[in-house]
Amino acid sequence: MQRFLALSFVLLLLTACAPQPTGPQSLTVMTHDSFAATDSVIHAFEQANNAKVSFIKSGDAGAALNKAILTKSAPLADVFYGVDNTFLARALSAGIFEAYDSPALSMIPREFQLDSTDQALPVDYGDVCINYDKGYFAEHNLTVPARLEDLTQPAYKRLLVTENPASSSPGLAFLLATIKHFGDPGYLGFWGELHRNGLQVVDGWETAYYTNFSGSSGRGAQPMVVSYATSPAAEVMFATAPLQDSPTASIIGPDMCFRQVEFVGILKGTAHRSLARKFVDFMLGAEFQADMPAQMFVYPVVPAITLPDAFIKYSQIPSQPAMLSPDEIARNRDSWIEAWTNAVLH
Amino acid sequence: MAPEQSGAGPHRASFWLRRGALWLLPLSFLAAFFFLPFIRILAFSLDAATLSAANLRVALATLGFTVYQAALSTLLTLAMGLPAAVLFARFRFPGRSLLHALTAVPFMLPTVVVAAGFNALLGPRGWANLALMRSFGLSSPPIAFVGTLGAILVAHVFYNTTIVIRLVEGALSGLDPKLAQAARSLGADAPRVWWRVILPLLRAPLLAAMLLVFLFDFTSFGVILLLGGPSFATLEVQIYIEALSLLNLPVASLLALVQLLFTIGFSVLYTRTAVRSRIQTAPRAAQSNRRRAATRVEWLFIAGAVLVLSAFFVLPMLALPLRSISRLDADRGDRTAVQAGLTTDYYSELFINRRNSIFYVPPIQAAANSLTYAGASVLLSLALGFPAAAALAKPGRLEKILDPILILPLGASAVTLGLGFIVTFGRWLVHPWMVPLAHTLVALPFVVRTLQPALASLPERLRQAAASLGASPFRSWQAVDWPIVRRATLSAAGFAFTISLGEFGATSLLTRPEYPTIPIAIYRFLSQPGGANYGQAMAMATLLMALTTIGILMIERLRLPGAAEF
Repeated sequence: MQRFLALSFVLLLLTACAPQPTGPQSLTVMTHDSFAATDSVIHAFEQANNAKVSFIKSGDAGAALNKAILTKSAPLADVFYGVDNTFLARALSAGIFEAYDSPALSMIPREFQLDSTDQALPVDYGDVCINYDKGYFAEHNLTVPARLEDLTQPAYKRLLVTENPASSSPGLAFLLATIKHFGDPGYLGFWGELHRNGLQVVDGWETAYYTNFSGSSGRGAQPMVVSYATSPAAEVMFATAPLQDSPTASIIGPDMCFRQVEFVGILKGTAHRSLARKFVDFMLGAEFQADMPAQMFVYPVVPAITLPDAFIKYSQIPSQPAMLSPDEIARNRDSWIEAWTNAVLH
Repeated sequence: MAPEQSGAGPHRASFWLRRGALWLLPLSFLAAFFFLPFIRILAFSLDAATLSAANLRVALATLGFTVYQAALSTLLTLAMGLPAAVLFARFRFPGRSLLHALTAVPFMLPTVVVAAGFNALLGPRGWANLALMRSFGLSSPPIAFVGTLGAILVAHVFYNTTIVIRLVEGALSGLDPKLAQAARSLGADAPRVWWRVILPLLRAPLLAAMLLVFLFDFTSFGVILLLGGPSFATLEVQIYIEALSLLNLPVASLLALVQLLFTIGFSVLYTRTAVRSRIQTAPRAAQSNRRRAATRVEWLFIAGAVLVLSAFFVLPMLALPLRSISRLDADRGDRTAVQAGLTTDYYSELFINRRNSIFYVPPIQAAANSLTYAGASVLLSLALGFPAAAALAKPGRLEKILDPILILPLGASAVTLGLGFIVTFGRWLVHPWMVPLAHTLVALPFVVRTLQPALASLPERLRQAAASLGASPFRSWQAVDWPIVRRATLSAAGFAFTISLGEFGATSLLTRPEYPTIPIAIYRFLSQPGGANYGQAMAMATLLMALTTIGILMIERLRLPGAAEF
């Protein structure tokens, strides 16, 4: 009897040591508030990898990055998506990411690979452009400005609203476009003239678009707003009654739009490295890239992805978008914003 | 000196024991969820280099403007709130309950929605300007509202008048009319009675209201940002920009420290000034003190006050429900025509996950999330507020130090506290109880300030009479204390409820995307273009307004078992 018990006890121990059938692994992805995806696309990843993905939304890009940097020693997530090119140098110097040379990188054009160390991998891009209200311009027989310099003409007095670069990402992007075009300190003269020409400055995109812009449902007073090149497509896609044409369009003259690129990275100290790498590959894969436009209103970095019809018809890609190097932005951001504040707000 | 403080030996020990027991819960709550995170983030980011003369100069200049706009807003809020409190406390008129509930609705509306409402009324293409331009043939809008100091002040009054109304009305409606009658019988006319008898008795709630309103305006963020615009910068706005936009934590922490030091100084000043008089008059049922207008002057007062309050509180918010049922698509070339056509599309769209988004949450769920967090916050604030208010009702030397500490979270930077939470709690940040805990931090001073006068007014004589008739401590509490405290408890619960429903900053930091509250859902809709998004945001805002109004009406009419009105 005792021998039998001892034998069964040993057998029990042996079965305990045998590999257990694994339950789903969990993966946590930290993103900014604008992240969106179709549930079937995410579920497909979960099923293919026996994983459970949970998301932590952390405010806008700056707030989310702040959160990631503050919890560097004990990261809240495995993957972080939402660093853009204006914050890239900051994220890299804070050392929150670990490098991952994904095979998908070979498909992505060089112009988006702004991080040579492969800690931050590009996922999508979008252009910040001035949107204008077609109906207003037609009604008042105004020609659409073709260059940045045109905005200072008296014909456009009090017609433009922009966001404060200190508190708004598109506001900062537009400022950077003017810096690329006019140079430093030439841009300050331009902004001074805009200010004298009745420029409206508000705190953020929501206010500018829905309170000040005449082409949106908020029916504001200004027919030109600094927004995104994909906003006209969104107006059509989110209309409750079908629209024949978009009520707005973007102004895509040279250097009038600023290109924002968004990146994903694996957070240093993750406990689920292989699953995190699979998720990064998934974000750079065709299925997710094709899902992004209609959900987040950005363009995929991977070429030859089918875009929604509304994108092709109503959203324009500028031929000469303004771009500045992430290092230059990181070095001068504070002083540029301060100089701008003195020129425009005081 | 309170009776308990005199006496030696065992009396002294039991006194301290009782005091300690009362303060233990609220203080440990504050220590864990306010002091610890705040100190950690300050220690983490401040360094000697930040304390430069230039930085300090900018900090003090910003402090100056912050105090200026807060002081001005507080005075205007009192000017609006005091007559309103008299109106609600003294008179009965048709629509009283509804108007009373409506004055509380602004308190929990997200700023982005309030800004939209004011713009619809007073913006360059708002109703007021369009009407004036049409009737006087003007070419440009005469009223400039958004982007002025006036907009900030008006919005602050709009938000905070309910604080004055609730605190003062509660005290006023419970006042014993015998005092005023005695003054009358001695020959005083009505104004003299007010000036010499009633207002001095209202001094404590008035000061409490001033304190809370000032601190709210002092740390005001959304109003300054959205309605004041970029030309105005208070400490909180600067902290937000430095911390979350420029990622300049040292400067942000310096500003947060300046803000906190001022708050400490201000609340110590308040504690020294506020006279806590124990008004041991027999409390009256609120109803019996209210009556219809008796004289012509009173009738004019009621009519005028109702008109002003309706115009001020109802008109700006009318735009939201109206927009949620009108066609909002921007059709090309159709700008000036009024978009005819009512639709319930935006409400039905709320229930459809049109984009099959993984983050879609039906509005019922968002409302349920909001209500659950609100319920938890109410319970937590009452559980922590009662002991603190009981201790403050009989204030001694200990209370003089601890009272300002209770107020601190209101006057501290929400952004900094949020960052402190991140640094301190890490993975615990997304625990479901974190959101009600954060809401309780804000609601606690209100709850304490509402409960404390009621607890202070408990008549010792009645309790002693009950005891001498053989009642056990519990029975005398149930029969004597509870009916008096009941009204204040409901009022405090109402405060905590509305604060929790409308809280946005802390919630957006702490919530999981699967459990959004209604303000977060509104913000999500407004972050993308398109008529459907705007319409749904308006629909959600209308739902929030309706929910709050119903919630407040229910709380005020609540008849708890076993507590009869007398």
